Amino acid sequence: MSISKKGLLATVGVASLSLLATFVTTVAPADAAINCNKIIGPGYAQLKGKTVTMFTSILDPELSKYQKALASFTTCTGIKVKMEGSNQFEALLPVRVKGGNAPDIAIIPQPGLLAQMVATGKAVPAPAQTLKNVNKYWSPGWKGYGSVNGKFYASPNSANMKSLVWYSPKQFAKAGYTVPTTWTGMMALADKMAAAKQTAFCGGIGSGGATGWPATDWLEEVVVRQFGGQVYADWISHKIKFSDPKILAAMKTVEGWMLNSKYVGDVKAIATTTFQAAGLGIPAGSCMMLQQASFYAAQYPAGTDVSKNGDVWAFYLPGINTSVKTPVEGGGEFFAAFSKRPEVQELQNYLSTPQWAINRIATAGSGGGWLSANSGVPLSAYKNPLDQLSAKYLADKNSTFVFDASDAMPAAVGAGTEWTQLTSWFADGKSSADVAKAIDDSWPAQ
Amino acid sequence: MNSFFSTNLPKFEQILVAIAAFFAILMVVFYLAGKANGRKQRPIAILVLLGPAMVLLTAGLIVPAIQTILFSFKDANSIKFIGLHNYTWLIQNPDMQKVFVNTLLWIIITPFVTTALGLFLAIMLDRMKRESVAKSLLFMPMAISFVGASVIWKFVYDFAVPSKPQTGLLSAIVRAFGFKPSNWILTQPLNTFLLMIIFIWVQTGFAMVILSAAIKAVPADIVEASALDGAFGWKLFRNITFPMVRSTTIVVFATMLVTSLKLFDIVRTMTGGNFGTSVISNEMYAEVFVRFDQGRGSALAVILFVFVTPILVYNIRNLRRERSIA
Repeated sequence: MSISKKGLLATVGVASLSLLATFVTTVAPADAAINCNKIIGPGYAQLKGKTVTMFTSILDPELSKYQKALASFTTCTGIKVKMEGSNQFEALLPVRVKGGNAPDIAIIPQPGLLAQMVATGKAVPAPAQTLKNVNKYWSPGWKGYGSVNGKFYASPNSANMKSLVWYSPKQFAKAGYTVPTTWTGMMALADKMAAAKQTAFCGGIGSGGATGWPATDWLEEVVVRQFGGQVYADWISHKIKFSDPKILAAMKTVEGWMLNSKYVGDVKAIATTTFQAAGLGIPAGSCMMLQQASFYAAQYPAGTDVSKNGDVWAFYLPGINTSVKTPVEGGGEFFAAFSKRPEVQELQNYLSTPQWAINRIATAGSGGGWLSANSGVPLSAYKNPLDQLSAKYLADKNSTFVFDASDAMPAAVGAGTEWTQLTSWFADGKSSADVAKAIDDSWPAQ
Repeated sequence: MNSFFSTNLPKFEQILVAIAAFFAILMVVFYLAGKANGRKQRPIAILVLLGPAMVLLTAGLIVPAIQTILFSFKDANSIKFIGLHNYTWLIQNPDMQKVFVNTLLWIIITPFVTTALGLFLAIMLDRMKRESVAKSLLFMPMAISFVGASVIWKFVYDFAVPSKPQTGLLSAIVRAFGFKPSNWILTQPLNTFLLMIIFIWVQTGFAMVILSAAIKAVPADIVEASALDGAFGWKLFRNITFPMVRSTTIVVFATMLVTSLKLFDIVRTMTGGNFGTSVISNEMYAEVFVRFDQGRGSALAVILFVFVTPILVYNIRNLRRERSIA
């Protein structure tokens, strides 16, 4: 007994030693003569022995990809980056910042939390070089979400894309349809499908306790497409009410689109169909198009050909009003700093360069899934074609980028009445005027 | 794995130290209490034995209850007092009125049906051949959580557009009889009753087992004596069996009543409170944890508490009376 135990211990010891050895080699490449100018860009000072702490809601395996992508920065500048991920990030960050235990940099996923952090007085504005980079590479919408009261604090990290329409290239080819590039073109195509006895649009807003959220996305997409970013921002702050003629007009557009039985078949069934199941019929042609975010690709079973000429693919949800340039709805994260130490600022500068984004994209591998709205990143950097499609619109410097409005509204509305009222818009045929009034009535008093 | 232990090791150490300290303090207290004698012995013993329970009860029940009542008079973030505003909103909001009506329907219908059905089954199955097999089958849904049961019943109530093959069991049955299936979960007020069926399906087995045990406890000589006097069937049940299991029936009924009053899982899983099926506890959860309005959520909790209290008082009184008889 005791001998075999000892033997086992010895093997475990050897195994862990060899593990340690491989770990060391991946972190510090033996070949230290890498071309730093090329990999992280020129102009970084050597600050050996300094450490920057970073706090985030990102967890493994994503977190280790960040660490891998930052390894070249450490090799070239000597600055170590210590990343800490927590699934309690949103609750812990305010506690840590108020308690004087702020991280050097936090990766913040909502503009609202950034404003809250700035209000504590502990967040520091971004250094000049970071601001320069953001002005150069990002659209003004993105810069706006990283700013509080006109002052720029946080450069964008990753981005995701909601303004997509899923369809089946094979079904389109069979019927001779082409991908529409304008809103009227999309509606004309839907008319054609209706005439051919096809269900033009798939829809499903069921999501358990969060039932209704896909409907809020549809309304948001139309609001920004019809009236642009300013009206959208005023709508979020309730300067423009739901019962405002503009929002009612947008609701009318949605009624002609997703609440139109000519296009969707049974409107009420949309309320009881889960958003996951909504577009599963697209490859077989039981319904033709579904407006849903880029992450919807994951809903298709293994073996489904998700590609440009395959079973399913997506196109950009076209604009409505031509004066609103390339409207894009999505989300993203931002790097907010709580220290002015030179090593922190040097890292902030690096994180706002295309080189960082390219290095980070490379660690994502062929599956992709990490997007940047940095226009300095060539589309060829993305290995995944769907990422390329999304990045094309996200990184468009002239795009009108907006965050999810329901996420930015007070929870009583954005996670409350807007969900339930829009659900009853679909399920009970409630009029848009009544829906708007009920949502406005529930808006919390200031 | 390695990083998990290395980062969490200090936490484990703290936990162990805290537990050790707790036991050390308890030992000291018990030792000192054991030393006491004479007149002080009894009050000290009461204090030492009841004290910890009282402290825990105060911290875990009484303080939160008072706090909830206070919160119900405050705004969403529990900062400003806003008087009865939360309560007036609850009473005046048309969606909330629907919630109260639904909750009333739940507490009137489900405990009654579940208890009656449980009693009926218990009598029918009593002394049947292979009684335990039938009972086990009926009791089985009890082993499934409400959430699990709801997921199962989702498939039963599933609906597809009439032109497509029906995946839902209920739709398929209705169709087999030549009727048109409808979108069950959307049809008001039918949908609330469809959700109640899930509750009844899960809970009837429980009611049946408890009541069946009570029926078996009725002494055989009484049953025989009444049979000699000519009491069979309904007469036997009305005059002998039911009076003997009456108090058990009340306990089962009260348990069902409280369970249906607190009912949350079925509504949350099946409809998320949409389509006019929401109940008080679902709204309470949604207000506090989804819409972040602590005031309204607390007001709903207080209303629920007020509803439950008379049932609890009745139950405790019933128990006391029985104890005094025994």
